[in-house]
Formats: sequence, C-alpha cells, structure tokens
Amino acid sequence: MKEMRVLLQNQGKENMSDAAVYIENGGYEGLKKALEMEGWDVIQTLKDAGLRGRGGAGFPSWLKLKFAYDTQSEDKYIVCNADEGEPGTNKDRVLLSCDPHSILEGMAIAGKAVGARKGYIYLRAEYPQIVPIITHAIETAKQAGALGENIFGSGFEFQISIRSGAGAYVCGEETALFESIEGRRGEPRFRPPYPGIQGLFGKPTVLNNVETLANMSHILRNGVEWYQNIGTPTSHGTKLFTVIGNVAQRGVYEFPMGINLKELIFDVCGGVADGKGLLAVQTGGASGAIINPFQIDIPLDIDHISASGGRLGCGTIFVIDDSNCVLDIVRNNIEFFSHESCGKCVPCREGTRRMYDLIQKICAGNGTVKDMLTIRDLAETVRSSALCGLGHSSVVPVISAMDNFPEVFESHLDGDYCEKCHMQRRVMKHG
Amino acid sequence: MANVKLTIDSIAVEVPEGTTILQAAKSLNINIPTLCYHEDQKVKANCRICVVEVNGQKLLQTACSFPVADGMTVVTNSPRVIRARRNTLELILAHHPLDCLTCQKNNSCELQNIAKELNMSKPVRYEVASRNLPIDSSSPSIVHDPNKCIVCGRCLEVCNEVQTVGVLAKEGRSFDVVVNPPYGKVFADTACVNCGQCMQVCPVGALTIHDDTTDIYMAQEAGKTLAVQVAPSVRTTIAEALGEEPGTVSTGRLVTALKRLGFHYVFDTDFSADLTIMEEGNELLHRLNTGGVLPMITSCCPAWVKFCETFYPQYVKHLSSAKSPQQMFGAVIKTFFAERNQIDPQSLFSVSVMPCTAKKYECKRYEMNDSGYQDVDVALTVQELAWMIRTAGIDFKTLPETPFDSPFGLGSGAGEIFAATGGVMEAALRTVYEVVTGQTLESLDFHAVRGVEGLKEAEVNLAGTIVKVAVVHTLSQARAIMERVAAGTADYHFIEVMACPGGCIGGAGNPIRSWKKVLRRTASVYDVDRKLPVRKSHENKEVRVLYQDYLGAPLSEKSEHLLHTKYINRQDILRL
Repeated sequence: MKEMRVLLQNQGKENMSDAAVYIENGGYEGLKKALEMEGWDVIQTLKDAGLRGRGGAGFPSWLKLKFAYDTQSEDKYIVCNADEGEPGTNKDRVLLSCDPHSILEGMAIAGKAVGARKGYIYLRAEYPQIVPIITHAIETAKQAGALGENIFGSGFEFQISIRSGAGAYVCGEETALFESIEGRRGEPRFRPPYPGIQGLFGKPTVLNNVETLANMSHILRNGVEWYQNIGTPTSHGTKLFTVIGNVAQRGVYEFPMGINLKELIFDVCGGVADGKGLLAVQTGGASGAIINPFQIDIPLDIDHISASGGRLGCGTIFVIDDSNCVLDIVRNNIEFFSHESCGKCVPCREGTRRMYDLIQKICAGNGTVKDMLTIRDLAETVRSSALCGLGHSSVVPVISAMDNFPEVFESHLDGDYCEKCHMQRRVMKHG
Repeated sequence: MANVKLTIDSIAVEVPEGTTILQAAKSLNINIPTLCYHEDQKVKANCRICVVEVNGQKLLQTACSFPVADGMTVVTNSPRVIRARRNTLELILAHHPLDCLTCQKNNSCELQNIAKELNMSKPVRYEVASRNLPIDSSSPSIVHDPNKCIVCGRCLEVCNEVQTVGVLAKEGRSFDVVVNPPYGKVFADTACVNCGQCMQVCPVGALTIHDDTTDIYMAQEAGKTLAVQVAPSVRTTIAEALGEEPGTVSTGRLVTALKRLGFHYVFDTDFSADLTIMEEGNELLHRLNTGGVLPMITSCCPAWVKFCETFYPQYVKHLSSAKSPQQMFGAVIKTFFAERNQIDPQSLFSVSVMPCTAKKYECKRYEMNDSGYQDVDVALTVQELAWMIRTAGIDFKTLPETPFDSPFGLGSGAGEIFAATGGVMEAALRTVYEVVTGQTLESLDFHAVRGVEGLKEAEVNLAGTIVKVAVVHTLSQARAIMERVAAGTADYHFIEVMACPGGCIGGAGNPIRSWKKVLRRTASVYDVDRKLPVRKSHENKEVRVLYQDYLGAPLSEKSEHLLHTKYINRQDILRL
C-alpha cells in the first residue's frame, strides 16, 4: 500500500510559506480558476466533486457554502477551524506547517463562492509555532496578489486574520469558536439559527476544517473528474490519518478514502509496537468508537465507519496494545470530556462527570450491575439532550466499549480485580 | 409573516412563522416543563429540560429554542422525552443541596416545582455533591449561596445586559463552573448597586434577599418605639406577596397588619415623596433660574445613585441633592417627629417597608445620619414583611382597614406614582408647572412619561420656557443616556432614572416579577392616584404644616441640612 500525497505533496519542500514558492509548485491555480467562475459554479464544482468535511461529521461541504450563498448579507465570513483539539491528532498542524498556502487558497475560494471578503483562521493555542508561518504566508500572498484587495486583478477582495484560542477543546465546536473570536467565553450556541444564516458576528459564516479547505484548492486546480477518481464511491479524495498509540511507526499519513484499517495499522505503520498484541483500536479521536481487533478489517471511509457505529472523525487511529485495560482507556476518555465540558448545558456538565465517577467506581472494583445500567441510561440522555457535539459524542467511547468489550466490564464488577489497571498504577498516574 | 402548520402530540396547529415549539404548544394548552426559560429573557436552552422529539431530528431538541416549520411533527411527552427530562433533572438535583426546608425559596423555588411536575419520587442515583463554597452575605441586600446555583444564566443576563453593572460572571468550566463575582471578590467589594434584579430571576435559592426581620424583633424586645414608613409600591404588592392577585391594592389592611405586628406608628412614604417633590422641584427651578448644572437627574433610586457614583463619578453634580423619600422620612422622624412627641430619638427605631433591596444599602450609607442617629434603622422589603405577617399568624385577606397615623399619614397622588417609571417626573411636573405658571393644571396626567418604553421624552411649556424632560428605567438605559450627557448631546433639563425595569413597582423587594405582573401593578398605581383627593405634592396639607412649623421653606437651611445629601466618587471599586 503506497501513500498518495495530494494534500501533503509539498511536505519536505523548503520555504513553502513563501507564496512565490507555492506558486512555482502550481499553487493558487485553483483560486485563479475560481476567480473566473460565478460563485454558484464554484459551489457546483465542489458538489460534483463530492467533497465532505474533514473535521469530524463528514457534512457535504457544498451545502455549508450554499447556506451562506443563499443568505443575503453585506458581510459574510469564512472561518478556518485550526483548533485541532482532538487528543492525539496533529494532521492539521502538519498541513499548516508544510503547506499553509493551500489553506489560504481554499479560504479565498470559499470566500469567492459565497461572496465573503473576510476570513479568520482560529488557531489552536498550543500551536504558537504556526503563527509566524501563517503570518508570513499571508504577507507573501498579499505581495503576490493572491490575497488582499484586488486578487490577481479580478477585483475580488479577501483578507485573512489569525485568531488564537486559549486552550479549550470546546472551541473547536463551530459556534463556541465564533463566541471565542467575538471575545466571549467559549460556549456553544443553540441551533437553529445555523452558522450559514447567522454565524460569526451574527453574519452568514462558513466554517471548515483545515484539511477541507486544502481539499478545495486541489479540487479547483485539478478538476472534478480527477477528484472523483480518488477514494470510494461515496467518499472522494484523500484523507490524512494520524496514527498514534502503541504502533511501530506513528505519524500522519495520506491515503485515498477507503484504505483498509487493518492494512493501515499493520502494513503501513508496522503493526503494534514492541511485539505486543493488539487489544483495541479507537478511530476518530477521543469521541470515536473503541473496537476489537477482529473488527478492524474495514475500509476507512465516512459512511462505512458510520454504519458500523463509529465515525471516521478527524481520521485519528489510536492503536492500543494488550498491556492496557480497555476500561482504563474509557476512563481516560470520559475524564477528558468531563474536564473539557464548557459547563453550559446540564447533561454534558453534570452527566460527563457522573459517567466518569461511575467508570472510576467500576475501575476501582466497586462497580455493580446497577451502575452499568445507570451508565447506559445516563449516556443515552447525554447523547440525545446535550447542547453541542461535545456532549453528544462524549458517550461514544463509553457505549462502544460496553458493547464491544462486555467481558472487561463484567470482570471489574463486584470487587473483581483487573491486573492491567490495578489501583497502584492509577494512584501513581493521578495521585 | 406567514403561518405554518404542524402537529404537536397529534394535534394540528397553525402558528406564525418564527414561533418556537414551546409557544406553539402553549397555544394548545400543552405545558412543556421549563427551567432556565424565563418569559422576559432571551432563550438560553442550557437546562435541556424542555426537550421534545421532532421528526427528522435524530436528537432531542429544546422546545424553548427550536422554531416551528411547516409539516413538523412534535412529540412532547413520549417515554423517551420524559426519561431524558428526568435524567437531566436528576443530574441537577445531585449537584444541589437538598436543604429545602430551611431555604428562603422553599415553596417558591422553580427547581422544587419542576421536581414535583416531573414526579421525581425516587432517590437520586448519584452521590449528591456540593461545591462547598462559602455563602456570601457581605452585601446588605443580597445573600449569595453559590452552592445552590444551577447555572441557568438568568442573573448573568440581568446583571450584564439589563443593568450593565457586570458584577456576576461565570468562572471555571465543566462540573466546577460557578456564577459569582469573579476574581474571588465578595459582593460588598464589587460595583454591585444592590438593585437585586438577579434575585428576581434566580429560579432557586442561590440569590436571596438579605433577611433583616430579626432586627425588628430584637428592637421590639429592647423596648424601642417602632415607627414604620410604607413606600408607595408596597400597598400594591404586599397582597400579591401573600397570595392575592397582582395589582391588588391593600393600603388599609397593610396598616392594620403593621399595627398588629407591633409597630407603634405607621406612616406613609407618599408623604415624604411629596416632600421630595417640594425640594427637588424647587432645586430644579433654582438650577433653571440660576444657570445651574443641567440636566438635573433624580436621586430617589439608590441603585442608580451608586451606579452614577461608580461609573459616572464626574457627573454626580447632575444628581439632585435631594434625598430619597425614605431618607427624608428617616431624618424627619428622628428630629421633628421625635421632638413633637417627646420621644428620645435613641429609643426610636425607624423602619421602612420598601419594594427595593437597594434601600437596605441606602439606609446604611455613612452620611445618612443627619438626625444625629442612623436616620432609617432597617429597610424591609415587601417580601420580608410578608414573611413577618405569615409568621405572626395574621390572615391578611380578612383584615379590617386602618388609616395611616398622623402627622405623616397623608400622601398625594403625586407621591403615590413614585412607584412607577415616569412617576417622579410626572409628580415634579404637576408641582413645578403650577409653581412657575401660577395656573392650575387642567389635566394632571402626563401620558408621555408613562409606559414601559426604555426611554420616554416630553416637552412642557412652563410660562414660555420649554422644559425638556426624559425618563429612563433599567441601568442599561441609564448608561445610554449618561453617555449622551457625557457627550453633551443630552439637551434635557430634567431626567428621571430608575434602576429597576418598570420603576419601583418592578423592584426586587416585591414578589417575583414578570412584565405581565408589573403592568398589572402599574395600572393599580395610577388607579390609586386617580382616586386620591389630593394629587399634587404642594397641596399636601401635612407637608405644608411641616414647612410652616419646622423646616421653613424648600431649600431653607434646615431643609438643606435634613433633606439634602452629598455624593462621592466610587470609581475605585472597579479596580481589580
């Protein structure tokens, strides 16, 4: 299995934050094409290409653009979600570092499509090293006429500013991100109204993940047909995968949509590290499903993973070896969500903590069958009633682990002892 | 706007576009339970109690925020919905001290109500957790128990958007999120103006009235002579606080109740409201005639005065130096009244019953002792008086009527309408007009300054001089007009400011408000005014007697000493 480098085609090349270098490598050709098109034709192109969001939900990108396109407003905004907060994920960091102009280009294309003149890059607080790269990229792009008041002489204006987060995971949620940019506490808003109608500063806004925007540049540059030929019938294009955990060769890889998960782990990444056995795999980040080794022979595309109860999410593959306990992983996950809940809505604020308490109780060997029932009951409420995606998806690792590893839970109940996650280790870790 | 058709619980309904599911259900008499929702506030959708099933939506949606659409099918009471509501409520209960029996909000708590509504009859499955934070009773007006807070966000909207005082904020996140004065401050160390509107919207006992009723019992036990004054609003809201309809006027019963509670003298603050008009009206005329600082701004509202001292200290010279009716009364009771009745002022305990929590703070201002003693010892709110009446076993509904005591028992309609926004302005105009023109007003009703618009303006022709006046209520409106004063673009002569929405009748000492209730109370206030024999302050005989026998004239030396005050710069409190 060989990597297919589209988004990462410029990785390793020097001075890629210089617009001139990017242009030498064929950059801004997509934007030039978009500038000659009507806004709607750009959206139609993305629709024909079948581009879907790379941030997690896999929402059709053209639809987001259409909502903002259809809404009349003097001001509209394009926002790049670079608040890559999913634990273990760093594909956006890699992309922003090695090919920043592909993202700027994508933003300008989206701006042209919906008639927005202003874009924001909301950058993760933990990525300060990216700030000078993007700043330099924006400056040189302006000098090259690829950004600014009169882009490539077309009369189209598009400006980009950077806004840095402050370390809250929830600010990766689009409306919490808007609140943060507007200078308020990062808490999500209820929907509707949807961002395409009323988003940043109350104006129609299109928010896309870093990777999605980079895809737009390549689709406009290389055409719909080229894009459709990559990937699976329902998920086109390539996808960046961050493979982490107990795997021999961790890193960010780019493959066409539909690559087999088992092949990715064993053939591409060299299998489980240190010769250990595979215990479980979590796909899609901390809010993804935890599955058994016998469940990993599946193609990684958006619909396939969704159908099997998980989600492709941001494309993070967390490999867990058999020296770990699944329950410990679950506890860690739910502790993360409990900690990162903004505290606005009750089910997430209170529910994630209570789920953590119950999981912790089971970990300590004090859980009962009743606690298991409570967790399931509570999880369904949190999933269906929470205000935003953080709450909705926080229960996925818990429920998927309970479904896929029932024996692990049972073995911890009623005072049973788990050799892998015994008390002493936990105390050392969290004491 | 076009109408949309939908079905709720299999009942077809047609409602205007933009209606929420909650409103549409209400039109069918389907009461979807709510907790963070407040009819006078923005939709918050954070408690998630009002969730319903909507066709085409995989997840449950909040009825308070979700707009209806054509062909929508909504289910408001399926087992799935009820289970989600109960589970969510259970989470709140598990993080709330269940000490209902000793809580001020017992029986008036929205969390209690909803627990009853959802039939929460099983024990909570989780270990009940407490934030273990200290109770803040540093404020003379407000007691803050952060442990009871359910983070609904209502007080935040009031404090930050309606009043723009900005004392309350959310701190921390997730399970540890807390609403409080940030950076570890207590209320007394903040810019809090004591308006208490946060308490009016708090659904639970997190923000409650600083209960001063014990002080009354202690004064009684100490054998003091108790004199009480009753603010204009109180006769319109005390019955409501004791379970009667909003807007029920109960002046005579109120006096009887106070007598039965052991107050020796029961006076009417309407009287000192008239006194305020005499002083303030003459001060306005003085400023108009001598080129004084204009616009002059009313100073009856202690929350507004503190707001001005804190946020606009360089403009306190615009404030009328006249004290509020409460403080004028306090000064007169411990001087003129004490002398007349040969009571040692030291053994005289002066109490006021107010629709206001800021009055508790005002009577404790250090300069409010012109009588030589603290002019007003305790300011009770309507709610506290209602508790005392209940505690004493007095059946308010069946009480006979008693008139106020003399010499301060007579108030004019002008004093009465101090209760409503625009009332002080209207009262002042009635007097100022007749003093300046020497003519009798044909119509006493200045409709331009009545009503609940945030900013009301009027022009009055005073013997050829056009006087421009403005009336604002809520401190966000006050802030807006002060910005204009600061910019020199507020070309008014006289401005009335009241901190609470609707004026004193919407004050935080009253029973829990809603705009609907405030409007009914306001109607009663103007009704009382219309029926009173005397409707102009300068025609109040008892006020005339006070001037003849004791004060001399408005703005005389004695008046200045007892009835006027000074203001200070409080900007320092804004420093962190």
